[in-house]
Amino acid sequence: MDTDVGALTIIFTEFYYWITIALMFLIHIGFCMYEVGASRRKNHMHTLMKNSMLIPLVTITWFFFGWWIYWAFAGGPGITGGIGHPDASFAEAATPWSEGMGPRLDDRIQGVFWGAFLLFAWTAASIVSGAVIERIRSFAFWMFAIMIGSVTWSIDAAWGWSYGGWMVEILGYHDAYASGVIHAIAGGTALGILFVLGPRLGKFRDDGTAREILPHNPWLVCIGLFLIYTGFWGFYVACNVPIIGPDAIGGQIAGTTFTATTIYLTPTTLGAITVNFLMSLSGGMLVGYMVSKGDAFWTYSGGLAGIITASAGNDLYHPIQALVIGGLGTYLMYKLHFWVERKFKIDDAVGAVAVHGYAGFIGVVIAGFVLWGHPSSPYEGFAPITPWGQFAGAIIMFWVLGFFPAWVLAKILASMNLLRIPREIELLGLDFASDRDREAARADVIAAKRAMV
Amino acid sequence: MSTTPIDTWAVDLAEVTLIYPWVGFEGAMTVFAVVLWLGWHVWQVKFENQTYADEIAKYGTDEHLSKGAEEH
Repeated sequence: MDTDVGALTIIFTEFYYWITIALMFLIHIGFCMYEVGASRRKNHMHTLMKNSMLIPLVTITWFFFGWWIYWAFAGGPGITGGIGHPDASFAEAATPWSEGMGPRLDDRIQGVFWGAFLLFAWTAASIVSGAVIERIRSFAFWMFAIMIGSVTWSIDAAWGWSYGGWMVEILGYHDAYASGVIHAIAGGTALGILFVLGPRLGKFRDDGTAREILPHNPWLVCIGLFLIYTGFWGFYVACNVPIIGPDAIGGQIAGTTFTATTIYLTPTTLGAITVNFLMSLSGGMLVGYMVSKGDAFWTYSGGLAGIITASAGNDLYHPIQALVIGGLGTYLMYKLHFWVERKFKIDDAVGAVAVHGYAGFIGVVIAGFVLWGHPSSPYEGFAPITPWGQFAGAIIMFWVLGFFPAWVLAKILASMNLLRIPREIELLGLDFASDRDREAARADVIAAKRAMV
Repeated sequence: MSTTPIDTWAVDLAEVTLIYPWVGFEGAMTVFAVVLWLGWHVWQVKFENQTYADEIAKYGTDEHLSKGAEEH
């Protein structure tokens, strides 16, 4: 900070991440809008609160342990290194009692970096929220939100979304914009819960076919998805390191040319991801419209699935590759959604498992073929990107860190009768009593005013 | 005298690190915050269970359940 250029570089980086946080807030607003829109009117305020309260709960637990897990678990621990691998000082600075977590003038980046990662954590938890609406207890959902937001996503990011992660080093895992580390894990988590939670009352007929439980406000659902697109820009940009030189990277890159990089410190450009974001969005929307015969919800969801499928390699893909991959992922996730619904009687109220989980999984695998042999890291000794490394990574994200922990926790909560709301409450609607209280308050005010006439 | 490590800005900023109050008490503040967090969950689960029990007691009749089932 003692030269103009040095100070500008630091302040630019600080401001860069800060802007991503403000943009990513829109993801959460979008999730709330589309989740509330998808719920029935008799449940919508409860649905809003269920999602909204993950904000403070994931935030404080991210402060208590989520951030530390990210910096502590890159090596496993015990796979390529111990706790804090490859630089223990980062993990020590990320404990809630560390002096590194408070305001200090010699470090301007930790706070905004912490915030950007936290917004990823909210996103992961919020993806799960939509799938389980109208029958999960708030307490149970918030346990799952903390689990994915501050534990399992943090572990997967340490393993597969950091410059020193063991999955990067051994498997050559590449997931630049989080197809797996956010979306596949969130989809897997939602599926693990849904297997135990069961469908909403009335979702399936006696012959096993599904009824469509219509959203109370389809327009709100679509605008919510549109807002998620908008917030997704912040998400993408936050996945990059905006400016760094080879000296700071300390790897094999020669010369002195500064660049933007992915989280793995592999070079890319903001221009590349801008074009690929838009092309994969377009591929998803075109296919979503076609496969759903013009259904607005699935067209918008297709756009999201398109981006999510291409995200693993959108730092490198040619734009036409991003377009095709986005379209392919959207087609497959749409077909899988209805197949799983029919086969396993899974009631995913907003298609979150499909849009995030299946598209994310598929995107990670596709990147293994399209980017086969590309170096996963600037550091010597790291495996290159391969189909088998990516497939193993997708399994870890969706099943090992997504489905399995959620299924276990759901079983535990169900055994304590803390997973699902009582049957009577589900029939009445979660807002039934508060709606009656509001009606009574309204009638009371009207009666009082009439008495004044 | 200041609750922060700074009691004057007549300093070289290159030598300034921490600027928050109560340096040295970070561990105690963490314990305090964790207890508050866990306590909130204990309160919330009791509150939620009691709310459902009260609502079922008040509205759990066939008449209300039928009305609720008809609302979308």
